[in-house]
Amino acid sequence: MDLIYEPWPWYVSGPMIALIMFLLIMVDKRFGMSSNLRTVCSMVGAGKNVTFFNFDWKAQRWNLIVVLGAIIGGFLAANFMTPNEAVAISPETISDLKNLGFESAGTAYLPTELFSNAVFSDFKVLAILIIGGFLVGFGARYAGGCTSGHAISGLSNLQLPSLIAVIGFFIGGLLMVHVLFPLIF
Amino acid sequence: MRTTIYLAIGILFGITMFKSEAASWFRIYEMFQFQAFHMYGIIGLALILGILITQGIKKFKVKSFYKNTVHFEPKDKGVVRYLVGGVLFGLGWALAGACPGPMYTLLGAGYLSMAVVILAAILGTFVYGVLKDKLPH
Repeated sequence: MDLIYEPWPWYVSGPMIALIMFLLIMVDKRFGMSSNLRTVCSMVGAGKNVTFFNFDWKAQRWNLIVVLGAIIGGFLAANFMTPNEAVAISPETISDLKNLGFESAGTAYLPTELFSNAVFSDFKVLAILIIGGFLVGFGARYAGGCTSGHAISGLSNLQLPSLIAVIGFFIGGLLMVHVLFPLIF
Repeated sequence: MRTTIYLAIGILFGITMFKSEAASWFRIYEMFQFQAFHMYGIIGLALILGILITQGIKKFKVKSFYKNTVHFEPKDKGVVRYLVGGVLFGLGWALAGACPGPMYTLLGAGYLSMAVVILAAILGTFVYGVLKDKLPH
């Protein structure tokens, strides 16, 4: 197993995520990746009209620095640590996706049908990305956290609200993939 | 100094999200189809270790690197906001194939289309802030 050039198996990735949560706790911060979206709103002045964004965003500057790191980490991993970007999803997933029209399944990191630069002139795909992103931002704030804040941090602290949120994540995800995908794609 | 530490943790996080393939739209789809163990292994193992870490810190009253008492803020009680917010988040997670951390990682990886998803997520957060007092929690 080559941890620099090959994809990480789950038993390497899981402990790495736990380590990141641990490091953030030990520097007096918390692992939750959706808070930065609220910080950005506050930073660009949304607090003038909406009290939810009226807080001292400079105290939250650390989560913007973590975000900057996440961008740099993605750049490094994609450019220097991933000679083959194809994600080895299961053969049945590949055939399901091909039936939905995703020819790039099994050959790419993200479906080119949704994320190549060609989508900037494709109204339907742009609408999909905008609706998806909007739901992630709106839902994460409504639920008070996302995958990291609830599924990792919150459940690690044995919080019932986090369990309810994670059940919600799965209801939404299953609904999208099983019920809505055949209608959208 | 602290800025460097936050940046380093962020870089580690970005590399982990990309290399684990948790940032791949395909892995999220596969997870919701129950067609592989990969994502369940990642989240499950992170959670088991996370519980040990969190409960260990509480039980042994571990101090942070800066000698501060570690206090875990309990989540507010409630059902509606977590369930409804969670479902909406899940719909978006499966559609865009990315949660808030990986969005940034993918932008760094060179997927400029992720900027659309990030801006839409910021807009979604803003609209929640505007509607907050009118929504059931």
